[in-house]
Amino acid sequence: MTTTASRRLLTVYLPLSLAAILLLFPFYWMLITSIKTNRELIDLSGLPFWVFEPTLEHYRVLFAETGFLRWALNTLIVSVVATAISLACSILAGYTLARLRFRGAGPIGAAIFVTYLVPQTLLFVPLLEVTRQLGLTNTLWSMILTYPTILIPFGTWLLMGYFRSIPRELEESALIDGASRFRAMTQIVLPLALPGILSAGIFSFTLSWNEFIYALVFTTSTDIKTIPVGVVTELVKGDVYFWGSLMAGALLGSVPVALIYSFFVEHYVAGLTAGAVKG
Amino acid sequence: MRAEAREHAIAARPPLSIGEVLDRQGVLAYVLLFPGLLILTVFIAYPFVTSLWLAVTDQSVSTSGARFIGLENFIGELSSQIFQQTVRNTLVYTAVTVVFKLVLGIALAVLMNQSFRLKNLARAALLLPWIVPTALSAIAWLWLFDATFSVFNWLLVHSGLTTRGINWLGEGGWAMTAIIIANVWRGTPFFAITILAGLQTVDRELLEAASVDGASTWQRFWRITLPLVRPVLLIVLLFSTIWTISDFQLVYVLTRGGPANSTHLLGTLAYDVAVRAGQLSEGAAISLYMFPVLIVCVVALLLYLRRSSTT
Repeated sequence: MTTTASRRLLTVYLPLSLAAILLLFPFYWMLITSIKTNRELIDLSGLPFWVFEPTLEHYRVLFAETGFLRWALNTLIVSVVATAISLACSILAGYTLARLRFRGAGPIGAAIFVTYLVPQTLLFVPLLEVTRQLGLTNTLWSMILTYPTILIPFGTWLLMGYFRSIPRELEESALIDGASRFRAMTQIVLPLALPGILSAGIFSFTLSWNEFIYALVFTTSTDIKTIPVGVVTELVKGDVYFWGSLMAGALLGSVPVALIYSFFVEHYVAGLTAGAVKG
Repeated sequence: MRAEAREHAIAARPPLSIGEVLDRQGVLAYVLLFPGLLILTVFIAYPFVTSLWLAVTDQSVSTSGARFIGLENFIGELSSQIFQQTVRNTLVYTAVTVVFKLVLGIALAVLMNQSFRLKNLARAALLLPWIVPTALSAIAWLWLFDATFSVFNWLLVHSGLTTRGINWLGEGGWAMTAIIIANVWRGTPFFAITILAGLQTVDRELLEAASVDGASTWQRFWRITLPLVRPVLLIVLLFSTIWTISDFQLVYVLTRGGPANSTHLLGTLAYDVAVRAGQLSEGAAISLYMFPVLIVCVVALLLYLRRSSTT
C-alpha cells in the first residue's frame, strides 16, 4: 500500500508539480513584480520571490498615466467585431462546404484550408501596402478586416466538421415539409451546431485579443493601439523599462482571455484539437 | 396553336422567385460562400500577389514609382551576411524548439493521461502559457532574463553554481538559448493537449490485451500507443513547424534580433527591413523565403494523409 502510494507520488505527483511550477512561474513573476515597489524591484540583496511592501502604484500609473484603458477598449472592439464577422462567414462557408453539392466545392475547401496555414509574417509587408491603398492605415478597421483572414479558415474548417456530424435526415425532412433551405439551416442545423459555434467564437476571440504583428504594423498612434502592442511599445521609454507597470499591463491584458478560457476550457480544447485529431 | 404552345411553355417554366433561385444548390453555395471568400481574396490572395509584385520591384516608402528588377532582391539577399545568419538562426531555432516541444509534449500528455486528483484544474492551468498573448508573456521573460535582475541569475549566484550572472540577452549564444526556452515554454502545452486528445482515442482494451500477453509498459507505449497517435503527432509537428519558422513576437520583444543579428528570424528581419528601414520590396522578398518551407510542410502532410488513408 505504502509502496504504491510512494510510487504514485514519484511517477505522477512529483513530475506534475514540477511541470506546474515551470509552466506557471512566469505568471507568478508577473504578479509579484507588478506589486513590488521600485526600491524592492532593484534590491539585489533581498529574497526576490516574495513581496515585502506590496503596492498598487504601478496599476495607478498604468491607468492614470498611460493609454491602457483606451488600448483595452480598442482590443475589445476589434476582437468582438472581428469575431462576429468571422463567425458569420465561417457558419455560411462551413455549412455550404458540408452540405451543398456544387461545382468547385473541392478546390474551394482546399483553398480555405491552405489559407489556414498562411502565417501572418508572410503577408504583413504587402498587407501594409494593401491597407494603405484602402485608406485603412492607423484605424481599427485595419485590424477588424484583416483578423478574419486568420479566423475564417479555422472557423470554417471546425464548423464543417460539426455540420457533417448532424444527420442530413433532420434537415431533409424539413425541406420536404416545405421549409426553404435557409430556414432549415437557421432553425434546425444551427441550434444543433451551437457547441461548435461556441468553440469557434471563443477561439476567434482569443486569437484576435492576442494578435500582435498586424496590430503593430498597421497602427502608429497611441489611441489606436491594442493592449499587446501598447504595453510592448509605450511602456518602454528609450532605455527605461517601467517594469512594475509593464507587468501590471501584461497581467491585466492576459486576464480576459484567461477568464474566458477557464469558463469554456472544454470548448477551447475542442477547438484547439479539432483540426489535429479529426484531420 | 402558337399561342397555346407559348402558354404551355410559360406554364412549364414559371418565372423563378428569388427564394427558388436560392434553393438551387449551385447558386446558393456561391451566395453563402461570398462573404468569406471576399475577405480571403482581398486580404490574403491579393496581398500575396502584391507580395510577389513587390519582391520583383525596387519599391521603398521613399520612392513613388517602382521599377521591375526581376529576381535581384532574392539574389541580393543570398549574398547578404545578415540574411545568411538569419536563415541559420531560423533553422536552429525551429529545429531545436520543435524537438523539445515534441518530447516534452509527449511526456506531459502521458503524465496527464493518468488519473489523479484535480485533473481538470491541472489541465486548465497547463494551457495558460499557450492561451495568453505571447507579446505579454514575453514581457515577463524579458524581465526574467534581465542582465542585472534576472531571477535565474539570482538562483545561479546564490546557489554557488556561478560567481557572476549570465548576460542572457546580451550574448549571441545565450540570447538564442533564451528565446528557445521562452518558445518551448509557450509551445509545449499545445503539443501536450493535442497529443493528450490523441492518447484518449487509443483503445484501452488493446493495451490491456498486450499487458496480458506480457508486454512491458515501455513496449506498450512504443509499439502500440505511439504508432496509433502518429497521425496526431505529424499534424502537431506540421503546425508547430509552420508557426515557429514564421515566429515574430518572442524575438521582437526579447531581443529585436540582436545582439549582432544573432537571434534574427525571417519575420523580424523582414520587419526591420520593410517597416523600420522602409525597403518594402526587400522585406517582401525576405518574407517570401518562408514560402518554400510552407509548401514542403503542406505537401508532406497531404501526401502522408493520403498514404495513411489508402493503406
